[in-house]
Amino acid sequence: MNLSAARAKLAAVPDPEIPAVSLVELGIVRELRETASGVEVVLTPTYSGCPATELIADDVRAALAEFGDVTVTMQRAPAWSTDWITPEGREKLQQYGIVPPQCSAEQAIRVVPRLRCPRCDGGRTEQLSRFGSTPCKSTWRCIECGEPFEYFKPF
Amino acid sequence: MDAKTTYVLRLADTCLIHSQRLSEWAGHAPVLEEDLALSNVALDLLGQARALLTHAAALEGAGRDEDQLAFLREERDYRNIILVELPNAAASPSDGGSGRDFALTTLRNAAMAIWLELLYERLQTSVDTELAGIAAKSLKEVRYHRQHSNDWVVRLGDGTPESQARMQAALNVLWPYFNELFAAEGVDGVGPTWNELEPEWRARWATLMQEATLTLPRDSAMQPRGIDGIHSEHMGHMLGTMQFLQRTYPGGTW
Repeated sequence: MNLSAARAKLAAVPDPEIPAVSLVELGIVRELRETASGVEVVLTPTYSGCPATELIADDVRAALAEFGDVTVTMQRAPAWSTDWITPEGREKLQQYGIVPPQCSAEQAIRVVPRLRCPRCDGGRTEQLSRFGSTPCKSTWRCIECGEPFEYFKPF
Repeated sequence: MDAKTTYVLRLADTCLIHSQRLSEWAGHAPVLEEDLALSNVALDLLGQARALLTHAAALEGAGRDEDQLAFLREERDYRNIILVELPNAAASPSDGGSGRDFALTTLRNAAMAIWLELLYERLQTSVDTELAGIAAKSLKEVRYHRQHSNDWVVRLGDGTPESQARMQAALNVLWPYFNELFAAEGVDGVGPTWNELEPEWRARWATLMQEATLTLPRDSAMQPRGIDGIHSEHMGHMLGTMQFLQRTYPGGTW
């Protein structure tokens, strides 16, 4: 078994909701290991009710099918945190038009951040809602260019 | 059913039924952003309910799973507090017959979010490591729910005379049902007696009400016992909607 080939395949699986970033970059892949008949992937779900969770498990199974039986295990603790999103993942989110988390999950309990618009880089922005099109994002608007954008909430 | 299973089931059912009521707002909220927010909160609560129901089913050891617990029990077997099963319009003759009162929903969300935050904080250190893991994850979610709902309570309470009157009317209706937030007994090491949450919940609630310029009603002696399966008349109707598909097409999946 070529585990590094499997690792490369896994690294290319995009998040189904935010295809600009991979599952690995989002920090939800905990482990990849060899089993007697194939591989096991351990994932940490993002939000309890995230409807993408089952789709993600299917995508992982499909991507690794050539390596034998694929077991996908969900591990809840320790709870997933946006602190685990990789630097590359943050950069890709920004390029995609979603502002990546600007502080740690712990700090976010107390502060609403000041964000720069990912389109025009304007500094005058406002939060429209703490929730957005997916559980992990909030909805914002740039006052300078008038465009709405999303913010990946520190979590 | 032993005390530990019952303890987990009370929380699981409370999340489930709370989520079911909230989901009635999908497509009907006053503004688009709020439609998304209420759906997201409902989704988080459903996710929490699924994890808790799965755990309760494992503790029960009778071979049932989350779906059988959610969809195939009788009304008397549900252990949620009555507060979360009340219709979204219970307070409101002024909802125009829509069956949905945003004031009541907002106020209930705020009360529940503060309560869940306090409870999950404590459950993080449960000797039941599965329950502790669910609590640590859920705590992060309900903090956003609390911030969001509390903002709305202040905005509407300290808003126009109309919004203030509607919020006060909602508070007057819900107030006696809050008593059940502190009614369940604890299980040593597993989870606290709910009345341990009461001083801090009441302190936070009083601060919020002051900021929202709402007046606390007189304390009520009412003792709702949804946690023992004694529900309001609304529960059966809600289950009729919720269980319809599984009752009509047993074992159906997609």
